[in-house]
Amino acid sequence: MENFEPKIVGFLCNWCSYRAADLAGSARIKYPPNVRIIRVMCSGRVDPTFVFKALADGADGVMIAGCHPGECHYIEQNYKAMRRFSMLKHTLDAMGVESDRVQLVWASAAEGQRLAEAIEKLVSDVKRLGPLKWPANWQEDESRLEALENIVKEHAEAMEVPQ
Amino acid sequence: MAEKIGIYVCHCGSNIAGTVDVEEVARWAGVNVKDVVISKDYKFMCSSLGQQMIEDDIKKEGLTGVVVGACSPHLHEKTFRATCSRAGLNPFLCQMTNLREHVSWVNSDKEAGTVKAKSLISAAAERVKHQAPLEPMRVKVNPATLVVGGGIAGLQATLELADAGYHVYLVEREPSIGGHMAQFDKTFPTLDCSACILTPKMSEVGQHENVTMLTYSELEEVSGSVGNFKVKIRKKARYVNYDKCTGCGICVEKCPRKVIDDVFEVGMGHRKAIYTPFPQAVPRVPVIDTANCTYFTKGKCQVCSKICPTAAIDYEQQDEIVELEVGNIIMATGWKLFDCKKIPQYGYGRLANVYTNMEFERLCNAAGPTNGKIVLRDGKTEPKSVAIIHCVGSRDVKTNPYCSSVCCMAALKLEHLILEKTKAEVYAFYIDMRTPMKEYEEFYQRLLEEGVHFVRGKVAEVTDAARMPDEQGKLIVQVEDTLVGKQRRIPVDMVVLMGAIEPQADAKEIGLKCGISCSMAGWYTERHPKLDPVATMTDGVFVAGVCQGPKDIPASVAQGAAAAARVQGMITKGEVLIEPIVASINEEGCSGCRICNTMCPYNAIEFDEEKNVSRVITALCKGCGTCVAACPAGVITGAHFNNEQIFAEIEGILWDAKPQTEKKELQTAK
Repeated sequence: MENFEPKIVGFLCNWCSYRAADLAGSARIKYPPNVRIIRVMCSGRVDPTFVFKALADGADGVMIAGCHPGECHYIEQNYKAMRRFSMLKHTLDAMGVESDRVQLVWASAAEGQRLAEAIEKLVSDVKRLGPLKWPANWQEDESRLEALENIVKEHAEAMEVPQ
Repeated sequence: MAEKIGIYVCHCGSNIAGTVDVEEVARWAGVNVKDVVISKDYKFMCSSLGQQMIEDDIKKEGLTGVVVGACSPHLHEKTFRATCSRAGLNPFLCQMTNLREHVSWVNSDKEAGTVKAKSLISAAAERVKHQAPLEPMRVKVNPATLVVGGGIAGLQATLELADAGYHVYLVEREPSIGGHMAQFDKTFPTLDCSACILTPKMSEVGQHENVTMLTYSELEEVSGSVGNFKVKIRKKARYVNYDKCTGCGICVEKCPRKVIDDVFEVGMGHRKAIYTPFPQAVPRVPVIDTANCTYFTKGKCQVCSKICPTAAIDYEQQDEIVELEVGNIIMATGWKLFDCKKIPQYGYGRLANVYTNMEFERLCNAAGPTNGKIVLRDGKTEPKSVAIIHCVGSRDVKTNPYCSSVCCMAALKLEHLILEKTKAEVYAFYIDMRTPMKEYEEFYQRLLEEGVHFVRGKVAEVTDAARMPDEQGKLIVQVEDTLVGKQRRIPVDMVVLMGAIEPQADAKEIGLKCGISCSMAGWYTERHPKLDPVATMTDGVFVAGVCQGPKDIPASVAQGAAAAARVQGMITKGEVLIEPIVASINEEGCSGCRICNTMCPYNAIEFDEEKNVSRVITALCKGCGTCVAACPAGVITGAHFNNEQIFAEIEGILWDAKPQTEKKELQTAK
């Protein structure tokens, strides 16, 4: 655990956060090399499946970053990312993935420093939590399978219209 | 068809190679990434030789995809897409990955940097295999242009375009164009009269057949995109009929209501309730200030209406929304002065004879409230000594960390004017004297010879609490003279604070309307700080003047002209290419649930009631991809950012992280 270097995938919006990462580079702000960045046009493009896919493929954490609320290049799509994120959190919780592993960050194109700090925080949070080893880890642990089944139940209950 | 991928890893001199083992990355990719037929590193990939190498390889090897690991795609994506195009490969089959800004520059551990670089290369290689050839969309450019802001930068841009024969809509918030330059007395270092060089430009704009001026108006809404913006402008009610008014000014003369002018005269002088900001205002049509007008507040008076020879006064006038169609937008929204009250130890607002530089400009101005006489607040006493404090709200971590760049020269100009107009002793308190442009340093030398007392040191306090007999009734400037190494107390009659230049209070809000962002300090962000200082990240929106960062008049004029030149280029070309990154719906799989309909902020998804399917209107789609992520049936595809591509990218980026229970597909050598 001591030398654990987490692998983290970052989904950064093209207009703000990706440029914040560019700016952090131009300004030579140093941050841990653990976050590997994938560019998407908007944080609203981040399908929760991307996050599951990344975790299933061996990532220990995920960062989703976009423009600040109210500053979306596409008017309001980061609000949709926000809504999706809270649902995603709920599902991850139920699956036993610690909520600090997946973080949503706002960074404008001018905030290289802020993005670098957010990356530092995420890396240190994930380091603290240790490797996710998911789903390999998960298959050995039946309680999580149970939890997954419960999500379906919970969802069905939530969708039920009261008589 | 078998994929043939070429990988090109750039050293960028030592920029990337310094903290990434570039040769190892290229070697590794050649062996470990599937379908890679060629993998090379090169000193400068963006050089003509680097590009030639890629072109030759595409032709020789018949590459089906190209990965360039270099700097940010925001810098060189166009370059390498063009390279591929020239070699006959569709530009969208080229994927750039960012090994410089995202790897080498933010990391000092070479080993970790190399691993990260491998991940990004692997991700791009996996992705590019799934990329499809796309054709950019061609859009006609509307030759009309919107210029926001009628200060000197906006005026210059307007004139350049209008003279070239293109129509310009010039929007200005105040009742007259002219901006801050109209308030100044003289300009540095030539000391020519500001109004004398500005007003001809103002009237030229006012009379130009290709210019539609919209003064006393605000930008309300911007939609559309490069080539075809739709803009809504709020024309605030002037209460004066623009077409009937001849600008004779008799209404202003006869208006019985006098109020303090906080805008143009910065509180130093008066205007009427019906007014034009200054005598040379363009247009000459006045406005009624309803908050102060006797008729609007008390329901009586109507002197202006009675006296107007053309019956132009219209108390019933309402704000009007004007809709315009333009191809490009130039933002030249200017600046505001730092609120000097934020530094209470300098006494502004508390000690009567502490002035801001803008107040002092009005005091010096022959057309100002004192007809150019430099006098104290009592309106008659000429000061015997004046202190000018530089860097008030600039170069100060507590307020603004940046240098406002023009205040040293503006201060020198004011110091010269005081010496010229009065017999006062002049003290200038500066941190560093910054005079970098043409003939600026010479002007400083001239002032040294003219006898200004320059004191190097940041002023601690301005106070009226006298300690010595000669300080009685004076303002005392307490400062550490860092050249002498001593604390000094200098009694003066008048203090002028050189307030910082700040972004307009609503710069961010206005910027967001046309999709441009601000720096931390609040200046509009240009596309590239060195090589593209007038374009922005939003195509078709340009910036000019101080709204992009503090600058002097010549620089603002140059930037205004530069922005106009860029717009002219777009107009003459006649059409722009737009990235075909749009969504599309596979109607066969669409269940007609309409979830995507509400996701789109541009109403780009229409619903076909008859077939019970949703459909993307390509011309309206901006390609954010939110609907793609939202479709429960997964039948919406975002071109160039589809699920397959992103999944492949995720797999590639985690080449070294696959859980051990699964086979490593990537590890197979070619």
